[in-house]
Amino acid sequence: MTIQTATELTVWIGGAAGDGIASAGESLAKACSRSGYHVFAYNSYQSVIRGGHVCMHIRIGTRKVYTQGDTLDYLIALNQETFGRYSKRVSSGGAIFYNTDKFQATSAGLSKDVQLIGIPVMELVGNQLMQNTMLIGTLVQVSGLDASSIRQLIEERFSKKGEATIKTNLEAFDKGMEFAKSKLHDGGIRMAKGDGKRRPLAGGNPMVGFGALAAGCRFYSAYPMTPASSLLHWLVKYASQTGLLVKQCEDEISALNMAIGAAHVGARTMTGTSGGGFALMTEAIGEAGMTETPVVIVEAQRGGPSTGLPTKTEQGDLFQMLGASQGEFPKIILAPRTLQECYTTAIEAFNLAEKYQCPVIIITDLYLAERLETFEGVDITHIPIERGELISQATGNGYHRFLDTKSGISPRALPGTPGTVYTAATDEHDEDGIVISDVFSNPPMRAKMMAKRMRKVEGILQELTPPKIDGLQDADLTLIGWGSTYPVMLETMEALRQEGFRVNVLCLRALWPFPDKAVRQLLERCKMTLSVENNYTGQLVKLIRMETGVSIQHHLRKFDGEPFDPTQVIDPARHLLKTRPKESVIATAVSDEGLPADFSPIESPALGAEVARQH
Amino acid sequence: MAQVKEYVGKVKPDWCPGCGDFAVLNALQRALAELDIAPHNVQIVSGIGCSSNLPGFIHAYGFHGLHGRALPVATGAKLGNHALTVIATGGDGDGYGIGVGHFIHTCRRNVDMTYIVMDNQIYGLTTGQASPTTEKDIRTKSTPEGTIETALNPIALALSSGATYVARGFSGDNLHLAQLMKGAIEHKGFALVDVFSPCVTYNKHNTYPWFRERVYKLEDERHDPSDFRLAIEKAFEWGARIPLGLFYKVERPTYEDQEPALRNGKPLVKQSLEQPDLASIMEDFI
Repeated sequence: MTIQTATELTVWIGGAAGDGIASAGESLAKACSRSGYHVFAYNSYQSVIRGGHVCMHIRIGTRKVYTQGDTLDYLIALNQETFGRYSKRVSSGGAIFYNTDKFQATSAGLSKDVQLIGIPVMELVGNQLMQNTMLIGTLVQVSGLDASSIRQLIEERFSKKGEATIKTNLEAFDKGMEFAKSKLHDGGIRMAKGDGKRRPLAGGNPMVGFGALAAGCRFYSAYPMTPASSLLHWLVKYASQTGLLVKQCEDEISALNMAIGAAHVGARTMTGTSGGGFALMTEAIGEAGMTETPVVIVEAQRGGPSTGLPTKTEQGDLFQMLGASQGEFPKIILAPRTLQECYTTAIEAFNLAEKYQCPVIIITDLYLAERLETFEGVDITHIPIERGELISQATGNGYHRFLDTKSGISPRALPGTPGTVYTAATDEHDEDGIVISDVFSNPPMRAKMMAKRMRKVEGILQELTPPKIDGLQDADLTLIGWGSTYPVMLETMEALRQEGFRVNVLCLRALWPFPDKAVRQLLERCKMTLSVENNYTGQLVKLIRMETGVSIQHHLRKFDGEPFDPTQVIDPARHLLKTRPKESVIATAVSDEGLPADFSPIESPALGAEVARQH
Repeated sequence: MAQVKEYVGKVKPDWCPGCGDFAVLNALQRALAELDIAPHNVQIVSGIGCSSNLPGFIHAYGFHGLHGRALPVATGAKLGNHALTVIATGGDGDGYGIGVGHFIHTCRRNVDMTYIVMDNQIYGLTTGQASPTTEKDIRTKSTPEGTIETALNPIALALSSGATYVARGFSGDNLHLAQLMKGAIEHKGFALVDVFSPCVTYNKHNTYPWFRERVYKLEDERHDPSDFRLAIEKAFEWGARIPLGLFYKVERPTYEDQEPALRNGKPLVKQSLEQPDLASIMEDFI
């Protein structure tokens, strides 16, 4: 067997929930990001605290890696189920690492030159708790990844637990490496050296939180809900050092109403949730719209409908965002596409909210919110803070909180200011905030106030960065999507370029108010179009048709709870380029999670007695 | 002391003649004047209902929002700027019906604010359906054969949920009501003033005369408001005799006192938006 030097390597760590997979995977990902590699890690997990099946996919590259990829070079199988599901997918030259105390593995059905590396953990270190550390040590030895970064991380991770714990873990790691050295044939896939640059590693939730802190967010209220909970956890970790007030509420209705209360008195506020919680917030979205209160709402989508797939990804809530709350009022919907955009969009969201005095929704999804990815840094020194028309005293003509202006924006005074006392009401009101809803009903005034608020949309549209096409301007196929599918579309574009195909990407970030003119112009130049959406009905496709009259030709959809793997986009795109079908094609991608055909949750040993639902 | 007229709003209340809410508005204006709190330092928050129109009728900052959500908005306003005097107002449907979840949690949070509930035991604005405090067997538009459910007990609920100032007033005794409100506003913590505020249009059962025959003042009977057990006992007194006054009062640290972000005493809205620690946070990503 020969040694292959790879510029890219994919490691999967799989086992039962509670096996410490996320922690082991994060350590490995971080060690790689610190030793000059680009990393993308995605944890495919289930909504149980203990017992369910978890598999973390870590893709490591010497160049930018856009997604989790769809190859598997090294598998760390912490239980038999993981081995059964994925062992046959391990590529030639790869290896499977496992603990021989847990199960016995056979090489039947494996690809050529896949090494089975069984480690007798008890015999070597006498402590089953060291299993993950040992297996990682073996992996590092075989793959040529940087051992010193891992050793340093072990020291950091266990620094609070004391010297003894650090020593035990380091010894286990070293024993894992030694075991590989002593027992193994030469060969396998060895990772090329990285560029030595220490890159930051984060997920979408922390990056939205980081942007919020940079923007001067002072109040974050939320009710726990996967996959938005990690935003709450991340923010509260930094609360005391940044002076952020984090409030866990009794429900999402309270979370948004509290945020609106704090925003009404002048604090920069944000709340975060997933689709179900957003449904509860819906009425208050309109409250912010009608009272012209600036507030930022983060919606990290998960699989629906209803409680749906708590720990799986989907882009199924776009129409919920668009339709959120009765009546018509300006609101802004932004779908960041990358980690950097999570950060910059959060900053922009606070500025837009205050400038246009309206709710701003940042829509992400589990795939973007919870993955781990390296990035090249963000600007933390030049942060624009625009508070809009905020006044600190009344002017000569008296104060009219909802003054009808050309831009629709009325100067805002904060409670506590002398001379500008007013009431903000959710019932229709006049320029002074005096309610004109029923007994004082006034149709011309209603029409005037409605037009005043809606006029803000023009300003917002002019301010939002217009959409643009990535790649060639005259491609044969344009991939169309929004938010988190951006990286897989870029990877597809790049992969097909290497095969000689001309593909470009139109991925929207600013979704509402919809940039209809700009999108229509871009689409008119496209030869063949393929929408790529993580949902069933093609929600962006509908929105585009609704707003521009343009129909996207072909469609690729995925609604199984998993993100697109690159080949799930590359293959259909290539097929379209080769066949150029006249009729519209709607294709569906489904991930194969290696479940046996007769899989039943009732009999599955993975779903044991200790099951705690996480919602 | 400020003048009551300084708190009179531009709009004349549109409540039905004889509505108990006039007295509540009046008592609140009197309490604020006696406490000499400038109108621009007062934030009134309400939901939806006849009584929730109150912010429009008083000269102070107001937020007149969604049905049942006054308390979370008020909580946010207080946490956002605790230099403001925050008062939530509303009715029994708003606070004890659709908003009861928030009511319980606001009681246990002990944010320093006052909640005035104009309890008329009926849905007035929607023309006379049963409310959470409508007594059993009372016929209303939505219960033509009498209500089946037991009435909710706001005083007992507030006490058991951890409210630190629990009082009940009556629109028929304006001065007494103003004193209860004054005590509530002065109290450091969450204060409930439940007010029997008769609906003269839709509640033909719990009328002014009905209350006058039954109410008495706790202070006249030397009630000890520091005695929690006694307060609970009095909370359940209903029928021939119904107590008014301060049931319970206790000093407990407020939410703001204990919130880490407010440790420096500076209201959130007064704090700088500049974030000096971004570089160290960035370092954690590496």
